[in-house]
Amino acid sequence: MMDESNPYLPYTVKVEEAWFETPGERCIKTFKVNFTDEKVWDTWSHKPGQCAMVGRLGVGESMFCISSAPSEEGYLRFSVMRMGKVTSALHELEAGDLMTVRGPVGNSFPLDEWEGKDIVTIGGGIGQAPLRPVINYIRANRDRFGELKVLYGARTSDDHCFKGEFDDFRKEGHGCHLAVDVSEEKWPHFVGFVPNLLMEVSPSPENAVAVTCGPPVMIKFVIQNLEKLGFAPEQIYTTLEERMKCGIGKCGRCNIGHLYVCKDGPVFSYATLKEIPEAFA
Amino acid sequence: MGDFKFAKEKLTDVLSALKDFKVFAPVKTDGVVRFQEVADPAQVSLDYSNSNVPPKELMFPETETLFRYRLGGTDLDVANPAEGPKRVIFGIRPCDAQAFSIVDNLYGWDFPDPYFQGRRANTVLVGLACADPCANCFCPSVGGSPASEDNVDAMMFDLGDTIYLKGLTDRGEEIASAISGAVEAAGDAEKKAAAGQAEEASGKIQRSIDTSGIPEKLPSLYDHPFWEQFSDRCLGCGICTFLCPTCHCFDIQDEVEQFDCRRARMWDTCMFSEYSLHTSGHNPRPTRKERTRNRISHKYSYFPTKFDVIACVGCGRCINYCPVNIDILDILEKSKQAEAKEEQTA
Repeated sequence: MMDESNPYLPYTVKVEEAWFETPGERCIKTFKVNFTDEKVWDTWSHKPGQCAMVGRLGVGESMFCISSAPSEEGYLRFSVMRMGKVTSALHELEAGDLMTVRGPVGNSFPLDEWEGKDIVTIGGGIGQAPLRPVINYIRANRDRFGELKVLYGARTSDDHCFKGEFDDFRKEGHGCHLAVDVSEEKWPHFVGFVPNLLMEVSPSPENAVAVTCGPPVMIKFVIQNLEKLGFAPEQIYTTLEERMKCGIGKCGRCNIGHLYVCKDGPVFSYATLKEIPEAFA
Repeated sequence: MGDFKFAKEKLTDVLSALKDFKVFAPVKTDGVVRFQEVADPAQVSLDYSNSNVPPKELMFPETETLFRYRLGGTDLDVANPAEGPKRVIFGIRPCDAQAFSIVDNLYGWDFPDPYFQGRRANTVLVGLACADPCANCFCPSVGGSPASEDNVDAMMFDLGDTIYLKGLTDRGEEIASAISGAVEAAGDAEKKAAAGQAEEASGKIQRSIDTSGIPEKLPSLYDHPFWEQFSDRCLGCGICTFLCPTCHCFDIQDEVEQFDCRRARMWDTCMFSEYSLHTSGHNPRPTRKERTRNRISHKYSYFPTKFDVIACVGCGRCINYCPVNIDILDILEKSKQAEAKEEQTA
């Protein structure tokens, strides 16, 4: 848990492994990190969907979802797209380097409530990162959930994160439906945008929950299509992101209406969000 | 609790008696009244309507160090604002003291903020009741009054030649005992004069707003064009938020000078576009319309939805200092009309 006497103090973590998930200008790099003080694990616990401020001393911090499930013990994973000052500084780091983690913060996916239900995850691009701990939680607690369907799209096949894990989903009997935006050679799966992939797969809303993360425009059309398929707002979950500084509901900037994304979120049901006009601003 | 009085000309003696405390009091420099640490008691003037700059900077400094570190190191040298001698804010107006109580909700919420709360715990508030409210004061509309004793440890009343000081809490008594050599016991005459002054001051308040229904209704006006009547002339200077005693938003930055670094937080404002700008270039509040709406909605809807209290104390500073005369009471009145119009057409 966060340092209770001072929630602004980060933990120091060491990068154990780091690798690129995707290429390009806005490449995504995954960091597998461990606390330099192993005793932190005695009090640390996080749930799928929770986030942490990840940073470098001398540069700053930004908010990232913890992309490892609690069942992945002994390390935390973060997948970071190179975008600005902090993410570029993080991308410079390799195995053995130090960074900082402050968290966990925020709420989590209500997986206890979802027990016994079929789960559909619908991800786009880096939006697969917050879905990964959900998927791995369900894989680790297989008997507690119904069917798991993973729907995931990106611009090209190179732009998919966590490529090495898709075969495992299929071997374990889960649905795994991949998409690329435009056709490419030797691509055996769906070609088109994620909302269209969703209609192609057409999961049943009966006793099911749909979780979607991705670019705002994707989320908007995925939600529209989920409603077309018969999903009620209470069955649809997503995560939001806003600019953040404190991560603990004080610095002010991440509010959507009266809710702070850092503290009341990042996980929201569509039933909550559709009442807040600023949610999709 | 004790009741005391002292002659106004003895103010310097009273302040000198607080030698074991770090005393902050209103000092007028080049026409600007601001709370400053008292180096020379003769500088202090209680003859002011309200300070131009609210004393919020004494709990929530414009820039403050969270911790220091050496570049390349991992040891954090954490600032501890609770350290040092006990502080007194001498002469704080009831509205500015109420603002601390309002912001306590947020800084004490869930993850208590050790910096703000450390200063709060280490600071005694000696209030000064308002005898002459400013033209744009409206504290009674938002739960205050010119002589409200709710949020201070002791309260002073300026009765002309005499200052009447009323201890209200144990911490206020500490002050009373420290200055006991410089004051004498007050009698019924002072109590009566203070009560009369408080009533008279309330009667002098010229502006008001009936806030009932506003917190619930503002979200329904999200897309209403009336916001543009105000945001169109907004310059985005942020003075309304920087001089607001309840505005509490901040930025966090790492500052590096050679190898000596600090992580600091500093006042920020929702009236600046960078405040909510994403790294991708997307901005959920891209224009002054959205930012004006957020400022008003945060104070009068979002904050009360969370904490059951409006984040405004009616000090009037945002009205007094806005360079283009944007008036929060005008906005709130228009919001009520806008809603009535919608109901008519519905």
